[in-house]
Amino acid sequence: MTQKNNKKENMFAIFSGVIIIIIACVLFKKGTLIDFLNRVGMNGILVLSMVPTIICGVGLNFGISIGILCGLFGGVLSIEIGLTGILSFVFAVFVGIILSAITGILYGKLLNGIKGDEMTVGTYVGFSMVSLMSIAWVILPFKSPDMVWTIGGKGLRTTISLENSFGGVLGVFGSIFIFILLCILLYGFLHTKTGIAMKTAGIKPKYALNCGIKPDKYRILGVMISNIFGAIGILVYSSGYGFLQLYQAPLMMPFAAVAGVLIGGATIKKASVLNALLGVCIFQFLMTVSTPFINSIFSDSSLSDSVRMVISYGVVLFALVRQGGRRIK
Amino acid sequence: MKTLKNIFKDYTVPCIFILLGIIGFLISGLSFKMVINDLIERLGRNLFIVLSLIIPISAGMGINFALTVGAMAGQLAVIAVVVMNIEGIGGTFAAFLISVPISIIFGLIIGFLMNKTKGREMITGLVAAYFFSGIYQLIILSLPINNPIIGVEGGKGIKSTIDLGIIKYSLDRFPTYIRVLGIKIPLFTLIICGLLCVFIWYIGKTKLGQDIKITGLDIKTAEEKGINVNKVRIIAIVLSTVFAGIGQIISLQNIGTLSTFGSHEQVGMYAAAAILVGGASIKKAKFTNAIVGTLLFYFLFIVTPKAGANIFGDTQIGEFFRVFIAYGVIVVALYINNKKNKSY
Repeated sequence: MTQKNNKKENMFAIFSGVIIIIIACVLFKKGTLIDFLNRVGMNGILVLSMVPTIICGVGLNFGISIGILCGLFGGVLSIEIGLTGILSFVFAVFVGIILSAITGILYGKLLNGIKGDEMTVGTYVGFSMVSLMSIAWVILPFKSPDMVWTIGGKGLRTTISLENSFGGVLGVFGSIFIFILLCILLYGFLHTKTGIAMKTAGIKPKYALNCGIKPDKYRILGVMISNIFGAIGILVYSSGYGFLQLYQAPLMMPFAAVAGVLIGGATIKKASVLNALLGVCIFQFLMTVSTPFINSIFSDSSLSDSVRMVISYGVVLFALVRQGGRRIK
Repeated sequence: MKTLKNIFKDYTVPCIFILLGIIGFLISGLSFKMVINDLIERLGRNLFIVLSLIIPISAGMGINFALTVGAMAGQLAVIAVVVMNIEGIGGTFAAFLISVPISIIFGLIIGFLMNKTKGREMITGLVAAYFFSGIYQLIILSLPINNPIIGVEGGKGIKSTIDLGIIKYSLDRFPTYIRVLGIKIPLFTLIICGLLCVFIWYIGKTKLGQDIKITGLDIKTAEEKGINVNKVRIIAIVLSTVFAGIGQIISLQNIGTLSTFGSHEQVGMYAAAAILVGGASIKKAKFTNAIVGTLLFYFLFIVTPKAGANIFGDTQIGEFFRVFIAYGVIVVALYINNKKNKSY
């Protein structure tokens, strides 16, 4: 059984390796390395945020939109106060972390109540929170002229330019640096006593209970870490992108992150920091390269969008099928 | 003698929705007659799709979020009918016929995927729906179109909204336009929904129905009894997909316009929310759940935008609120279900 699994894993690794090589050839010819690095830095942390939940046994965190929304709220608050430059980014991250830690605990408690259906419920929790926050974006009394609709003077715009606050303050290497730093932190954490306990709780909850580890507690911890990473991730992403996207924009972001970590070879039960690192590289390679490539084939931008949609959802579907069903008692 | 508390305990979700609906109705200040009129129209439009969820639930596969895929098949059939320019009720029935084989193919694929992921059908269906949405877009965009009705004028590609004037109200107003006390009644559509109810009831009596029920209760027992579990499950999903396709055609002939890339996207979610509001669980559903759920859910759907406008002075908020309700109800219902099934 294990041998078979290993074989499968190896096949997958070789398959992805070949893709990397093919794509790398194209990439260096086109000289879009900076673009690629930029994308990795922007998306890396969001992909990394999937790892803690998988390890603690919750599975793929489709509800990462909650963390994303907390991060966005931090960003909006920092613009409202009128901070500029790196200070505004730090403030946004600070607020984001506090909020996402609180919501992460609550979300973790909710997920503990529905063991077995975490992913389905997580998706819908994420969706409903996006709609709830859409109401909040309209109602909350923000005043900053950078964010509020010019006509009417009420409610935030759908996209907010970060020109006057933290847009681009990190630079390409700044965002890469944060990504790598978080990778190292998470890796380190997973090798502490708490981290190992979390792993055990994820793999064998009953065994963990016998060892005196409370699985529920570690599940909440995992979800909380994931949520915090989501908040930091979206702020780094927005900073690189130059805009904060509100309202319906965070709705589908979890799926891209999920696809990213799965391409890196993670499964619903098993993931490592390396998977996230590898996954985000391959996924962004694909995205960077596929855009001109697909456009040249189909000469229609909406077609390339749907091709991308098929690829990323196809990866998630493939991972679900590969994992197989839950064992039936 | 059931006390009020017990009733609330047994039917938590419907009770909450009745309360919410009544509060919303009072705030919105809409006239009662108008709400009833809208409600009957929505019932005719959506009941068929909601009913198509029942069979997979009784087969133990949870809520079939891949309903969207059936809806896509229905839309492809509608586009075909528009291209062939078949008018009236004939066009609608032609669309039914065309949609069935497409739905069966899609349904077989979904069924195969779900058999591979037993115990995780819902998330598989959810992701599969998005995946097929991408494939549907590819099909639509790569169709060679020279038709002036559905193609963009003087350009390439398909219009993003297609007028369905030729089949609009063809079922709802067949054979004539019926009004009772000033309320429009889509009699023929409701009869078709009734037929589906009868069909579902009838299937429950046959051997297939018994197999589905046993599979739903316990896969292991079903296997021991010699039932081909995988086959039964695939049949359940195929039936559901076919009904979803027909249901989408019914709802499109009522709406009268097809949003080529968007009409199908919310179908699965709204139908799931509706049946859960009606008190169904992910293990057990009856057609009374579907009917009550559709009525309650769309009652709230009609009143919330106006209520939101009255409270906050913004219709957009009501719109967001009803989407929030739809997603939220799925979360709450799944949570309550899971608490009740804690014993396993």
